[in-house]
Amino acid sequence: MTFFEFLVQYWPRLLSGAGVTVVQFFLAAVLGIALSVTMGLMKLSPNRLVSGAAITYIEFFRGTSLLVQLYWIFFVLPLFGLTIDKFTAGYIAVGMNIGAYGAELVRGGILSVPRGQWEAALALNMTPAKRMWRIILPQALVNMLPPWGNLMIELLKGTALVSLISVADLMFEARQINSSTFLSAQVFGAALIIYYIMARFMLTPSMRWLERFMARKMGRA
Amino acid sequence: MDDLKGFPQELTGADRPMVSFRKVGKAYGPLTVLDDLDLDVAEGEMVSIIGPSGSGKTTVLRMLMTLEEINGGCIYIDGQPLTHMPKNGGLVRANQRHLRARRVDIGMCFQHFNLFPHMTALENCMEGPVQVLGMPKTEARARSEELLEMVGMIEKRDQHPSRLSGGQQQRVAIARALAMRPKVMLFDEVTSALDPEVIGEVTNVIRGLASEHKLTMLMVTHQMGFAQDISDRVCFFYGGKIEEQGPASELFGNPQRERTQQFLSAVKEAV
Repeated sequence: MTFFEFLVQYWPRLLSGAGVTVVQFFLAAVLGIALSVTMGLMKLSPNRLVSGAAITYIEFFRGTSLLVQLYWIFFVLPLFGLTIDKFTAGYIAVGMNIGAYGAELVRGGILSVPRGQWEAALALNMTPAKRMWRIILPQALVNMLPPWGNLMIELLKGTALVSLISVADLMFEARQINSSTFLSAQVFGAALIIYYIMARFMLTPSMRWLERFMARKMGRA
Repeated sequence: MDDLKGFPQELTGADRPMVSFRKVGKAYGPLTVLDDLDLDVAEGEMVSIIGPSGSGKTTVLRMLMTLEEINGGCIYIDGQPLTHMPKNGGLVRANQRHLRARRVDIGMCFQHFNLFPHMTALENCMEGPVQVLGMPKTEARARSEELLEMVGMIEKRDQHPSRLSGGQQQRVAIARALAMRPKVMLFDEVTSALDPEVIGEVTNVIRGLASEHKLTMLMVTHQMGFAQDISDRVCFFYGGKIEEQGPASELFGNPQRERTQQFLSAVKEAV
């Protein structure tokens, strides 16, 4: 069977898998970004308890394997009475994992905003919350967009692991097709190409667009 | 910093100073930056602070803007304690709420302008009135445009700071600070980062403020000629103390202290 014939026959399943991958990616990204901002801010808190909580989260999710975290959330938490369906467990695990890396990016981005910006905001008598949301975070965002692009690609590829708890994503469909047809080269070749297309031709241009958009907002473009 | 003993809870009387430093000390670890500073600035007065680097002159402004905590003494602004607040008949260190309530009286311009890069000139000026004073946008816009007009920047109102020269940025920064209608304006080496040919456009704005407005101003500067021109009084700082102070003409024309004479002649030679 040629690669073309293979695609003609199996494209609906690959497409449905890719759709699930995209949904997993978006849900994990939303969770991951929310966690990144929250935990990044918390880690900067002068309150030891608050920063300690953020450090614990970051250390745990960055220091252990994503696959093990996924298995914990799906297989171990039910033993403690917390059952989560596989689809939800999938994006929660990936989102929490990526949030730990993102938190460090947010923290670094905030620290990269020059001291004078804090001082000017204070001289205008802004509250700490307004200082952060209106003055510091927008500038931090510009500084951290390029590394966020990388992280989003990592996130997309990380979603392939949810196939191991039977979420019917692209990788899951590929493995199913492989085990019934043994067309390994075609099926994993197709999966490879689809992941590449999503990363290279959908994610990267979106991030570039966002970078240009923010540059315009800063009056740099 | 413990509770203060022997400091008044407020300064009263018609002739009370707009700004009053009382025995104010500042140290970074073992390094004393300011030593028992006493300095009063009257309402509407323009005071320039000069001196060699490391003499503590910028620290004076930063303490007044509450960017630096003080280690001793008390600062009063318009009769009310700034760094402290009244409690049980004495004064205790101010909390954030007290600082925010008192800070409205003070505006500051910085050496490196510190405009918000993600906002246009107009948005920079409107930010404080809208976000801090809760002013309606139309009113804040009118006030900001009036001030941008005054500093000669109205044509550039929709430009971001990255498109403006240093002198233009500094003029916007002055408008931004004035938009909050402070009683006291602080200028911290506002011309030091500027190219020589644009210094004039900034000093002219400050000159206009000094002559036309009842604003109280403190200015740290290295431009002796400018300080001499517009100041009511000049303070020469040396080693964390006011070594000599007096009317501009006297301090520059006939300095009494040896260190002042040395500093002024050294500055003259450099020019």
